[in-house]
Amino acid sequence: MEQHAHQKHGASAGVYAMVFAALLALTVVTVGLSYVNLTHTGNIIAALIVATFKALLVALFFMHLKYEGRLLRFTAIFPLILFCIMIGALILDIVIFLKPH
Amino acid sequence: MENTAVAHGKIEDRERLENVSFGMWLFLASEVMFFTAFFGMYIVLRNAHPEIAQSREELSRIMGCINTLILITSSFTMVLAVNASKVGDRKALVRNLLITILLACGFLVVKGFEYGHKFSMGHFPSTNLFFACYYLLTGFHGLHVIAGIMVLTSLLIRSAKGDFTATYNSPIEMTGLYWHFVDLVWIFLFPALYLI
Repeated sequence: MEQHAHQKHGASAGVYAMVFAALLALTVVTVGLSYVNLTHTGNIIAALIVATFKALLVALFFMHLKYEGRLLRFTAIFPLILFCIMIGALILDIVIFLKPH
Repeated sequence: MENTAVAHGKIEDRERLENVSFGMWLFLASEVMFFTAFFGMYIVLRNAHPEIAQSREELSRIMGCINTLILITSSFTMVLAVNASKVGDRKALVRNLLITILLACGFLVVKGFEYGHKFSMGHFPSTNLFFACYYLLTGFHGLHVIAGIMVLTSLLIRSAKGDFTATYNSPIEMTGLYWHFVDLVWIFLFPALYLI
C-alpha cells in the first residue's frame, strides 16, 4: 500500500528539475542541429528523433505516465499508434505515387 | 465532492483520480488526432510543392526557440503547481499557477509579434501553401493556448480562495495534463515549421 501510494505520487522535485534542464538543453540541440547540413532527409530524421525524445520526457515525467497503470498508458499510446499509421500512410503515398515536378 | 472524498477514504480517491485521468487522456487522444490531420496535410502539401519551403526562411528560428523555451518552462511550473496542490501548499500553488499563466501569455505575445511582422511583410494565409499551413497550425495551437489560459485563470481564482486541498486537487492535475499536451504539440510544431 505504501509503495503503491508512493508510485502514484510520482517523481521527486529533483527529478522534475533534471527533466526540465534536459528539455531546455534538447531545445538548444534541436536549433543547433538545424544549422548543420545533414542532407534534407538527415535533418528531418535528426529533428524528429530529438523531438520524440523531448516528447517522451514530457509524457513520462511531467504527464506522469511512468508512474501510471496499464489503462492510462494504453490510452496514451493508442493515439500515437494511430498517428504513426496515418503519417506513415501519407509518407508512403508521397514516396510511391507523387511524381516529382 | 470534498465531503465525499473525506468520508469515503483513500482508495476511492485514487480510483476517482484514475477515472478522471482516463477521461482527460481520452480527450487528449482526440486532440492528438486533430493535430495529426493538420500535420499530415502539411507533410503532403510540402512534398507536393517543394518550392514553398523557401517561405520557411521568413520564419525567425530565434523567436520560435524562445517560444519553445517559454512553453517548456510553463510546463515545469505547472508540474510544480500540481505538486503543491498535492501537499496542500496553497501559496506555492497560486504562485506557480500565476507564473504558468504569465508564461503562456508571454508565448502569445511573441506569437503576436511574429504574426504582426509577417502581416507587415505581406505574408497572409492566402499568400502560399506554406503560410496557409503555418497560420493554420500555429493558429489552432494558439487557440489551445488561449483556452488553457482561461482554464488556468479560473483555477488560479479558485486556488486563491482555497478551493483545493491535498485530497481534492484533480482539476489542477487534469489541467496540467492538458497543458503538457499543448507543450507537446509545440515540441513537434517548432521543428516541423521552423527548422526542417
